Amino acid sequence: MNWNSASEFFDMGGHGFFVWGSYAVCLAVMTLEPLLAAQRRRRALQQAAQTPHGAAAARDEEDA
Amino acid sequence: MTQPRTPLTFFTFSSPPRFYAITGVLVPVFWALAVGLTAVGLWMGFFVAPTDATQGEVYRIIFIHVPAAWMSMLLYVVMAFWAAIGWAFNARLASMVARSIAPTGALFTFLALWTGALWGKPTWGTWWVWDARLTSELILLFLYLGYIALTEAIDDPRRADQAGALLAVVGSVNVPIIYFSVKWWNTLHQGASVSLTAAPKMATTMLTAMLIMSLAFWAYAFAVVFTRTRAMVLEREQSATWVQDLARRQQGALP
Repeated sequence: MNWNSASEFFDMGGHGFFVWGSYAVCLAVMTLEPLLAAQRRRRALQQAAQTPHGAAAARDEEDA
Repeated sequence: MTQPRTPLTFFTFSSPPRFYAITGVLVPVFWALAVGLTAVGLWMGFFVAPTDATQGEVYRIIFIHVPAAWMSMLLYVVMAFWAAIGWAFNARLASMVARSIAPTGALFTFLALWTGALWGKPTWGTWWVWDARLTSELILLFLYLGYIALTEAIDDPRRADQAGALLAVVGSVNVPIIYFSVKWWNTLHQGASVSLTAAPKMATTMLTAMLIMSLAFWAYAFAVVFTRTRAMVLEREQSATWVQDLARRQQGALP
Protein backbone atom coordinates (compact mmCIF):
# COMPACT_ATOMS: atom_id res chain seq x y z
CA MET A 1 0.00 0.00 0.00
CA ASN A 2 1.37 3.40 -1.01
CA TRP A 3 -0.79 5.62 1.17
CA ASN A 4 -1.19 5.90 4.91
CA SER A 5 -4.17 8.24 4.80
CA ALA A 6 -6.71 9.72 2.40
CA SER A 7 -5.08 13.15 2.59
CA GLU A 8 -1.76 11.63 1.59
CA PHE A 9 -3.51 10.03 -1.37
CA PHE A 10 -5.03 13.33 -2.53
CA ASP A 11 -1.78 15.20 -1.94
CA MET A 12 0.19 12.92 -4.33
CA GLY A 13 3.50 13.84 -2.75
CA GLY A 14 2.78 17.56 -3.18
CA HIS A 15 1.82 17.18 -6.85
CA GLY A 16 -1.91 16.67 -6.35
CA PHE A 17 -2.78 19.60 -8.62
CA PHE A 18 -0.92 18.08 -11.58
CA VAL A 19 -2.07 14.49 -11.09
CA TRP A 20 -5.73 15.30 -10.34
CA GLY A 21 -5.79 18.06 -12.95
CA SER A 22 -4.88 15.42 -15.54
CA TYR A 23 -7.37 12.84 -14.33
CA ALA A 24 -10.23 15.32 -13.85
CA VAL A 25 -10.04 16.71 -17.39
CA CYS A 26 -9.67 13.17 -18.75
CA LEU A 27 -12.80 12.05 -16.88
CA ALA A 28 -14.74 15.15 -17.96
CA VAL A 29 -14.11 14.85 -21.71
CA MET A 30 -14.45 11.07 -21.70
CA THR A 31 -17.87 11.44 -20.05
CA LEU A 32 -19.05 14.26 -22.29
CA GLU A 33 -18.09 12.69 -25.62
CA PRO A 34 -20.18 9.49 -25.24
CA LEU A 35 -23.16 11.53 -24.04
CA LEU A 36 -22.96 13.75 -27.12
CA ALA A 37 -22.59 10.75 -29.43
CA ALA A 38 -25.59 8.99 -27.84
CA GLN A 39 -27.64 12.18 -28.09
CA ARG A 40 -26.76 12.48 -31.78
CA ARG A 41 -28.02 8.95 -32.44
CA ARG A 42 -31.30 9.56 -30.59
CA ARG A 43 -31.83 12.78 -32.53
CA ALA A 44 -31.15 11.05 -35.86
CA LEU A 45 -33.71 8.40 -35.00
CA GLN A 46 -36.32 11.03 -34.11
CA GLN A 47 -35.65 12.88 -37.33
CA ALA A 48 -36.00 9.71 -39.37
CA ALA A 49 -39.37 9.04 -37.74
CA GLN A 50 -40.55 12.46 -38.91
CA THR A 51 -39.39 11.96 -42.50
CA PRO A 52 -42.51 11.07 -44.52
CA HIS A 53 -42.45 7.82 -46.47
CA GLY A 54 -43.26 9.60 -49.74
CA ALA A 55 -40.34 11.98 -49.39
CA ALA A 56 -38.00 9.04 -49.13
CA ALA A 57 -39.20 7.50 -52.38
CA ALA A 58 -39.01 10.84 -54.19
CA ARG A 59 -35.43 11.45 -53.04
CA ASP A 60 -34.34 7.98 -54.07
CA GLU A 61 -35.68 8.61 -57.57
CA GLU A 62 -33.89 11.93 -57.72
CA ASP A 63 -30.60 10.25 -56.84
CA ALA A 64 -31.03 7.55 -59.47
CA MET B 1 -38.60 -10.84 -41.13
CA THR B 2 -35.94 -13.16 -42.51
CA GLN B 3 -32.86 -11.93 -44.28
CA PRO B 4 -31.83 -13.73 -47.45
CA ARG B 5 -28.78 -15.86 -46.82
CA THR B 6 -25.74 -14.42 -48.51
CA PRO B 7 -22.19 -15.77 -48.44
CA LEU B 8 -19.99 -14.20 -45.80
CA THR B 9 -17.39 -11.97 -47.46
CA PHE B 10 -15.24 -8.99 -46.60
CA PHE B 11 -18.11 -6.77 -47.72
CA THR B 12 -20.81 -8.48 -45.66
CA PHE B 13 -20.35 -6.00 -42.83
CA SER B 14 -20.21 -3.02 -45.14
CA SER B 15 -24.00 -3.10 -45.33
CA PRO B 16 -25.24 -0.25 -43.12
CA PRO B 17 -28.29 -2.10 -41.65
CA ARG B 18 -26.16 -5.08 -40.74
CA PHE B 19 -23.47 -2.86 -39.26
CA TYR B 20 -26.13 -1.03 -37.27
CA ALA B 21 -27.54 -4.27 -35.85
CA ILE B 22 -24.15 -5.79 -34.97
CA THR B 23 -22.76 -2.66 -33.33
CA GLY B 24 -25.99 -2.36 -31.35
CA VAL B 25 -24.90 -5.55 -29.60
CA LEU B 26 -21.18 -4.66 -29.47
CA VAL B 27 -21.39 -1.15 -28.00
CA PRO B 28 -22.61 -2.24 -24.51
CA VAL B 29 -19.91 -4.96 -24.48
CA PHE B 30 -17.22 -2.36 -25.18
CA TRP B 31 -18.65 -0.08 -22.48
CA ALA B 32 -18.50 -2.88 -19.94
CA LEU B 33 -14.91 -3.61 -20.97
CA ALA B 34 -13.93 0.06 -20.79
CA VAL B 35 -15.38 0.55 -17.31
CA GLY B 36 -14.08 -2.74 -15.93
CA LEU B 37 -10.57 -2.32 -17.31
CA THR B 38 -10.41 1.28 -16.09
CA ALA B 39 -11.34 0.18 -12.57
CA VAL B 40 -8.64 -2.51 -12.55
CA GLY B 41 -6.05 -0.27 -14.26
CA LEU B 42 -6.53 2.66 -11.90
CA TRP B 43 -6.50 0.43 -8.85
CA MET B 44 -3.19 -1.04 -10.00
CA GLY B 45 -1.86 2.38 -10.97
CA PHE B 46 -2.61 4.04 -7.65
CA PHE B 47 -2.50 1.25 -5.10
CA VAL B 48 -0.21 -1.47 -6.44
CA ALA B 49 2.39 0.35 -8.55
CA PRO B 50 5.14 1.74 -6.30
CA THR B 51 6.29 5.34 -5.98
CA ASP B 52 8.80 6.21 -8.70
CA ALA B 53 12.37 6.49 -7.40
CA THR B 54 13.17 9.72 -9.27
CA GLN B 55 9.81 11.36 -9.97
CA GLY B 56 7.85 10.53 -6.83
CA GLU B 57 4.06 10.39 -7.21
CA VAL B 58 3.62 12.74 -10.16
CA TYR B 59 4.63 9.98 -12.58
CA ARG B 60 1.15 8.46 -12.03
CA ILE B 61 -0.04 10.70 -14.88
CA ILE B 62 1.60 8.09 -17.12
CA PHE B 63 -1.43 5.78 -16.74
CA ILE B 64 -3.52 8.13 -18.87
CA HIS B 65 -0.81 10.05 -20.72
CA VAL B 66 0.77 7.16 -22.59
CA PRO B 67 -2.51 5.36 -23.46
CA ALA B 68 -4.00 8.66 -24.73
CA ALA B 69 -0.90 9.34 -26.84
CA TRP B 70 -0.92 5.81 -28.27
CA MET B 71 -4.62 6.05 -29.10
CA SER B 72 -4.12 9.44 -30.76
CA MET B 73 -1.64 7.91 -33.22
CA LEU B 74 -3.42 4.57 -33.66
CA LEU B 75 -6.78 6.21 -34.34
CA TYR B 76 -5.22 8.48 -36.97
CA VAL B 77 -3.86 5.47 -38.86
CA VAL B 78 -7.21 3.66 -38.58
CA MET B 79 -9.04 6.80 -39.72
CA ALA B 80 -6.76 7.25 -42.74
CA PHE B 81 -7.12 3.53 -43.58
CA TRP B 82 -10.94 3.54 -43.60
CA ALA B 83 -11.05 6.90 -45.37
CA ALA B 84 -8.84 5.46 -48.12
CA ILE B 85 -10.94 2.27 -48.36
CA GLY B 86 -14.11 4.35 -48.53
CA TRP B 87 -12.62 6.41 -51.31
CA ALA B 88 -11.00 3.60 -53.33
CA PHE B 89 -13.96 1.16 -53.19
CA ASN B 90 -16.70 3.78 -52.95
CA ALA B 91 -17.71 2.16 -49.66
CA ARG B 92 -20.02 4.52 -47.76
CA LEU B 93 -19.75 2.78 -44.44
CA ALA B 94 -15.94 2.86 -44.43
CA SER B 95 -16.07 6.62 -44.97
CA MET B 96 -18.57 7.02 -42.15
CA VAL B 97 -16.31 5.05 -39.80
CA ALA B 98 -13.37 7.29 -40.78
CA ARG B 99 -15.35 10.43 -40.09
CA SER B 100 -16.64 9.23 -36.76
CA ILE B 101 -13.11 8.37 -35.60
CA ALA B 102 -11.89 11.96 -36.07
CA PRO B 103 -13.48 13.58 -32.97
CA THR B 104 -12.34 10.73 -30.72
CA GLY B 105 -8.82 10.94 -32.16
CA ALA B 106 -8.76 14.69 -31.61
CA LEU B 107 -9.93 14.15 -28.04
CA PHE B 108 -7.13 11.69 -27.26
CA THR B 109 -4.59 14.02 -28.87
CA PHE B 110 -5.83 16.86 -26.68
CA LEU B 111 -5.62 14.62 -23.61
CA ALA B 112 -2.07 13.57 -24.47
CA LEU B 113 -1.06 17.23 -24.75
CA TRP B 114 -2.96 18.29 -21.65
CA THR B 115 -1.65 15.54 -19.38
CA GLY B 116 1.80 16.08 -20.89
CA ALA B 117 1.72 19.77 -19.98
CA LEU B 118 0.63 18.97 -16.41
CA TRP B 119 3.40 16.41 -16.18
CA GLY B 120 6.02 18.63 -17.81
CA LYS B 121 5.56 21.53 -15.38
CA PRO B 122 6.67 19.70 -12.22
CA THR B 123 9.31 17.50 -13.92
CA TRP B 124 10.82 19.74 -16.63
CA GLY B 125 9.84 23.09 -15.14
CA THR B 126 7.77 24.09 -18.17
CA TRP B 127 4.26 23.47 -19.48
CA TRP B 128 5.37 23.46 -23.07
CA VAL B 129 8.51 23.30 -25.15
CA TRP B 130 8.87 23.29 -28.94
CA ASP B 131 10.61 19.97 -29.11
CA ALA B 132 10.04 17.47 -31.91
CA ARG B 133 7.73 15.12 -29.99
CA LEU B 134 5.47 17.84 -28.62
CA THR B 135 5.36 19.83 -31.84
CA SER B 136 4.52 16.82 -34.03
CA GLU B 137 1.76 15.80 -31.57
CA LEU B 138 0.35 19.32 -31.78
CA ILE B 139 0.40 19.03 -35.60
CA LEU B 140 -1.58 15.78 -35.19
CA LEU B 141 -4.26 17.73 -33.30
CA PHE B 142 -4.39 20.28 -36.13
CA LEU B 143 -4.65 17.46 -38.69
CA TYR B 144 -7.66 16.02 -36.86
CA LEU B 145 -9.28 19.45 -36.54
CA GLY B 146 -8.49 20.26 -40.18
CA TYR B 147 -10.05 16.97 -41.28
CA ILE B 148 -13.21 17.65 -39.25
CA ALA B 149 -13.46 21.25 -40.51
CA LEU B 150 -12.93 20.22 -44.15
CA THR B 151 -15.47 17.38 -44.11
CA GLU B 152 -18.06 19.47 -42.27
CA ALA B 153 -17.62 22.39 -44.68
CA ILE B 154 -18.62 20.35 -47.75
CA ASP B 155 -22.37 19.77 -48.06
CA ASP B 156 -22.36 16.71 -50.32
CA PRO B 157 -21.45 13.87 -47.91
CA ARG B 158 -19.63 11.72 -50.47
CA ARG B 159 -17.55 14.63 -51.76
CA ALA B 160 -16.76 15.55 -48.16
CA ASP B 161 -15.66 11.95 -47.52
CA GLN B 162 -13.34 12.03 -50.52
CA ALA B 163 -11.76 15.39 -49.74
CA GLY B 164 -11.29 14.25 -46.15
CA ALA B 165 -9.70 10.99 -47.32
CA LEU B 166 -7.07 12.88 -49.28
CA LEU B 167 -6.21 15.03 -46.26
CA ALA B 168 -6.17 12.02 -43.92
CA VAL B 169 -3.90 9.96 -46.18
CA VAL B 170 -1.43 12.78 -46.83
CA GLY B 171 -1.40 13.70 -43.14
CA SER B 172 -0.58 10.14 -42.08
CA VAL B 173 3.09 10.89 -42.84
CA ASN B 174 3.06 12.71 -39.50
CA VAL B 175 2.41 9.55 -37.46
CA PRO B 176 5.84 7.91 -37.93
CA ILE B 177 7.38 11.34 -37.36
CA ILE B 178 5.70 11.54 -33.94
CA TYR B 179 6.67 7.99 -33.07
CA PHE B 180 10.34 8.23 -34.07
CA SER B 181 10.83 11.90 -33.11
CA VAL B 182 12.42 10.92 -29.81
CA LYS B 183 14.96 8.84 -31.71
CA TRP B 184 15.66 11.13 -34.65
CA TRP B 185 16.06 14.35 -32.70
CA ASN B 186 17.36 15.38 -29.34
CA THR B 187 14.18 15.92 -27.40
CA LEU B 188 13.35 16.93 -23.88
CA HIS B 189 10.67 14.26 -24.03
CA GLN B 190 11.94 10.87 -22.93
CA GLY B 191 12.33 7.91 -25.27
CA ALA B 192 9.76 5.18 -25.89
CA SER B 193 8.36 3.76 -22.63
CA VAL B 194 7.75 0.35 -24.12
CA SER B 195 9.84 -1.45 -26.67
CA LEU B 196 9.46 -4.92 -28.12
CA THR B 197 13.21 -5.40 -28.42
CA ALA B 198 14.52 -3.98 -25.14
CA ALA B 199 13.90 -5.03 -21.56
CA PRO B 200 11.18 -2.96 -19.80
CA LYS B 201 12.54 0.20 -18.23
CA MET B 202 9.94 0.35 -15.49
CA ALA B 203 8.51 -1.78 -12.72
CA THR B 204 6.28 -4.60 -13.91
CA THR B 205 3.25 -3.33 -11.98
CA MET B 206 3.61 0.13 -13.57
CA LEU B 207 3.83 -1.41 -17.01
CA THR B 208 0.85 -3.70 -16.37
CA ALA B 209 -1.30 -0.82 -15.13
CA MET B 210 -0.39 1.23 -18.19
CA LEU B 211 -1.22 -1.62 -20.57
CA ILE B 212 -4.57 -2.26 -18.85
CA MET B 213 -5.42 1.44 -19.17
CA SER B 214 -4.48 1.27 -22.86
CA LEU B 215 -6.93 -1.60 -23.34
CA ALA B 216 -9.57 0.42 -21.47
CA PHE B 217 -9.06 3.43 -23.76
CA TRP B 218 -9.15 1.11 -26.75
CA ALA B 219 -12.53 -0.30 -25.63
CA TYR B 220 -13.76 3.25 -25.00
CA ALA B 221 -12.72 4.25 -28.53
CA PHE B 222 -14.62 1.32 -30.04
CA ALA B 223 -17.75 2.10 -28.01
CA VAL B 224 -17.87 5.80 -28.77
CA VAL B 225 -16.82 5.52 -32.43
CA PHE B 226 -19.45 2.85 -33.09
CA THR B 227 -22.10 4.97 -31.35
CA ARG B 228 -21.22 7.93 -33.55
CA THR B 229 -21.11 5.80 -36.70
CA ARG B 230 -24.57 4.46 -35.87
CA ALA B 231 -25.82 8.04 -35.58
CA MET B 232 -24.19 8.88 -38.91
CA VAL B 233 -25.74 5.82 -40.59
CA LEU B 234 -29.20 6.92 -39.42
CA GLU B 235 -28.60 10.48 -40.61
CA ARG B 236 -27.45 9.46 -44.06
CA GLU B 237 -29.87 6.58 -44.58
CA GLN B 238 -32.81 8.57 -43.20
CA SER B 239 -34.90 7.85 -46.27
CA ALA B 240 -34.09 4.12 -46.41
CA THR B 241 -36.96 1.79 -45.56
CA TRP B 242 -35.07 -0.02 -42.77
CA VAL B 243 -34.32 3.26 -40.96
CA GLN B 244 -37.91 4.43 -41.33
CA ASP B 245 -39.20 1.14 -39.95
CA LEU B 246 -36.72 1.25 -37.08
CA ALA B 247 -37.54 4.86 -36.21
CA ARG B 248 -41.30 4.21 -36.23
CA ARG B 249 -40.94 1.10 -34.13
CA GLN B 250 -38.90 3.08 -31.58
CA GLN B 251 -41.48 5.85 -31.53
CA GLY B 252 -44.22 3.28 -30.98
CA ALA B 253 -42.29 1.85 -28.06
CA LEU B 254 -41.60 5.26 -26.54
CA PRO B 255 -44.55 7.55 -27.23
